[in-house]
Amino acid sequence: MKKVSQAIPKVDSQALVTGKAVYTDDIAPKDCLIVKILRSPHAHAMIKSIDTSRAMKVPGVVCILTYEDCPDQRFTMAGQTYPEPSPYDRLILDRRVRFVGDAAAIVAAETKEAAEKALRMIKVDYEVLTPLLDFRKAKDNEILVHPEDNWRSLCPVGADNKRNLCASGKEEDGDVDAVLAECDYVVEETYHTKANQQAMMETFRTYTYMDVYGRLNVVSSTQVTFHVRRILSNALGIPKSKIRVVKPRIGGGFGAKQSSVSEVYPALVTLKTGRPAKIIFTREESQTASSPRHEMEIKVRVGADKDGIIRAIDVYTLSNTGAFGEHGPTTVGLSGHKSIPLYGKTDAFRFVYDVVYTNVMSAGAYRGYGATQGIFAVESAVNELALKMHMDPVALREKNMVKEGQVMPAYYGETANSCALDRCMEHAKQLFGWDEKYPSRDMGNGKVRGVGVAMAMQGSGISNVDTASVAMKVNDDGFYSLMIGASDMGTGCDTILAQMAADCMECEMEDIIVSGVDTDSSPYDTGSYASSTTYVTGMAVIKTCEKLKEKIRMKGAEYLGHNVDEVEFDGKKVWCPEDGSEISLKDIGNQVMCRNEEALFASEAHFSPISPPPFMVGMAEVEVDKETGAVTPIDYVAVVDCGTVVNPSLARVQTEGGLVQGIGMALYEDVVYNEKGKNFSNSFMQYKIPTRMDTGDIRVEFESSYEPTGPFGAKSIGEIVINTPSPAIAAAVENAVGVRIRELPITAEKVYREMKKQS
Amino acid sequence: MELRFELNGKPVTAEIEAGELLFDVLRRLGCYSVKCGCETTNCGLCTVWVDGKPMLSCSVPAARMENHAVTTMEGLQEEAARFGAFLAKEGAEQCGFCSPGFIMNVLAMEKELCRDGRIPEKEEIREYLAGNLCRCTGYVGQMRAVEKYLRESRG
Ligand code: FES
Ligand code: FES
Repeated sequence: MKKVSQAIPKVDSQALVTGKAVYTDDIAPKDCLIVKILRSPHAHAMIKSIDTSRAMKVPGVVCILTYEDCPDQRFTMAGQTYPEPSPYDRLILDRRVRFVGDAAAIVAAETKEAAEKALRMIKVDYEVLTPLLDFRKAKDNEILVHPEDNWRSLCPVGADNKRNLCASGKEEDGDVDAVLAECDYVVEETYHTKANQQAMMETFRTYTYMDVYGRLNVVSSTQVTFHVRRILSNALGIPKSKIRVVKPRIGGGFGAKQSSVSEVYPALVTLKTGRPAKIIFTREESQTASSPRHEMEIKVRVGADKDGIIRAIDVYTLSNTGAFGEHGPTTVGLSGHKSIPLYGKTDAFRFVYDVVYTNVMSAGAYRGYGATQGIFAVESAVNELALKMHMDPVALREKNMVKEGQVMPAYYGETANSCALDRCMEHAKQLFGWDEKYPSRDMGNGKVRGVGVAMAMQGSGISNVDTASVAMKVNDDGFYSLMIGASDMGTGCDTILAQMAADCMECEMEDIIVSGVDTDSSPYDTGSYASSTTYVTGMAVIKTCEKLKEKIRMKGAEYLGHNVDEVEFDGKKVWCPEDGSEISLKDIGNQVMCRNEEALFASEAHFSPISPPPFMVGMAEVEVDKETGAVTPIDYVAVVDCGTVVNPSLARVQTEGGLVQGIGMALYEDVVYNEKGKNFSNSFMQYKIPTRMDTGDIRVEFESSYEPTGPFGAKSIGEIVINTPSPAIAAAVENAVGVRIRELPITAEKVYREMKKQS
Repeated sequence: MELRFELNGKPVTAEIEAGELLFDVLRRLGCYSVKCGCETTNCGLCTVWVDGKPMLSCSVPAARMENHAVTTMEGLQEEAARFGAFLAKEGAEQCGFCSPGFIMNVLAMEKELCRDGRIPEKEEIREYLAGNLCRCTGYVGQMRAVEKYLRESRG
């Protein structure tokens, strides 16, 4: 039976559901030094001096490191392919601290208690500086977040530290202003999305030790195992050959762990002391000194003619990268590239952006990676346009959505090879009961139910960049080892890649063992981000299997005394149709272990010149309390085109999980700072992620297209699923009570205030 | 100070600090299934049983366990595997980090609400499990697994 398209349980599920010790902290050596960070209470300050003498006297304290102990070479914590678009703007510890929570000193002690005690006894003398907290005023402000001369930008992304610019740029096609001037209807609005925390249940954590060869070993909860090796080499100033990075099971990432948030600290301690060290971020640290979604303010102009053809889209994005530039230059691009191309009939588009530094914690990668913010803005503007035109927003989209075979000028000129967006819309409409529910129903108890719709797209890997290699070998008795460098973060890539391999090799799942990532032995892979694993690494699996099958046939033919073109391989045996002679894979596997000079091993790499977008439609029904403005999600329908669905249960859970994160973003989640830059959202008490009482019903279906360049026709699924809830819910609220909230999250206060204004 | 209690059916004596949390002691004693997701009693990842009732081990001083019986997933391997198979079938142990705490609470709920072959309503289940956060799955798959499990093991 085929394995692809089957809901096969994950290969590691047994261990996970019985609570086995498989995560970083479970397997860390018991004699690790405990590493803690002293964090700045100021949003912007210079360290005049640090007195560690009293803290060093705390029994059990082994070392305290300050900026004087760190190499003065800047690096980025962003896990990206070299040369990274993110600027090299960090030191492990810097004299200048740039946000409340920035690292000022590192303490390592025998116990947590000793480390914590020492933290309280370090005396730092700060020269407090005025912080730059308003990202709208950051560009060309006289306060500079990175005035230093050894700041570096490796790629031409329009960065300039003397202007607080992490990136800037402009793209256009056609004359947007002229086309908009001709439009009968134009909407021009500004939308604001806030920073959001990935809030994976396992906080950032790493342990390190020196091995028998004198190399630094790093075991870390990361999505970017290979990039961490380079980042540490840059940060510590030691050769990459001296570093090994291993990823165990990880407790969620969602992009957070695409930055090297925790690795540098224990690594420096181990280098200095020679002793094993570990850092476990508290939830508070994970909430306040991490890598959340970029806050963005996005101005959209969208125009349509009187027949409802959307003719031009103009987007300006201002993105707040915070104190450091991790993923700043790249996330912003998606706010235009993954929103504008949803509409296939435009004559012109323009996309302009600035990414600015401020004195809040650095942003990073979060599922959706800028597309989420851009889609909230553009899809909201299109919903407002429909309202202005007195047109059903579904009908407006049906008229304008991108169709299979179309060229997408705002998406690097790529063609939509596979696109079932039209079928997604039709299916969602039926399943949701759109025509019956649109626009709203008064429930007669002071509550109104409204509905809203949004579309979304994403990519599948970073075109022309992401590279995945895979290796596979035949063992004795004929079972296979599949070695991948992609980092399974719970989403199941170890499983789905094995499913693909099983179909290629015509074998059972049990015949394949998968090993996790170890930079010493795994083939290179950029890592698990940018929705690349299924699409890019999947293709590497197929290529590798083809090569390996060829080798098996050659060996089999040799043992049977035939030419290779006279034999076939059916997964179990190599046989000759002509004379019926055969040899089992098991026998081949055993025989090659004796008198053999051709290893049954294959390794292939893959990259893609294109990044085929998955597409989807989301429809939301919410109930709004006319008294209080409180919004309750009732029902959410999503229909997704991710190409061939490789594992239906895993894809479904990915979708459901992404939708609920999206609902959290739309309604509850907000990173809030006070006027001094102190972060109030420092726990799950303050930062509300949805519980199972807060989601409403979630219904997910698939409408598959077939992506000709993908493995078994597959595209990606991991990120796109977070993109529709914000715009769909904002529209549902507007359809319910007539107020439009353009800043997330859509809280009761905001709705109430707007309702008051109207009445 | 010395603490005597029962851990997964066996008498244990442990040296603990005054004020040490049950969570830390359990992990020190090798119960690695017990996880921490917050410091504010919001996530449910640290759920264990004390005298058969679910409790957040991050909010209980270990000293209070004197002469009590504590159960972690290490002591419920078979039960966990049985329900876990349903969870895995739905793919609802995505990263799996929340799974032990969640499963401990599901099994507690089964004991508490499913007497005499009764199967609780969906809303009742949701409420019972409301304290167990999960960031990966959006809860829907977990709920499917719970309902199927209860139906199959009760029906
Ligand atoms: S660790 Fe979150 S409730 Fe105990
Ligand atoms: S499965 Fe990852 S938090 Fe629940």
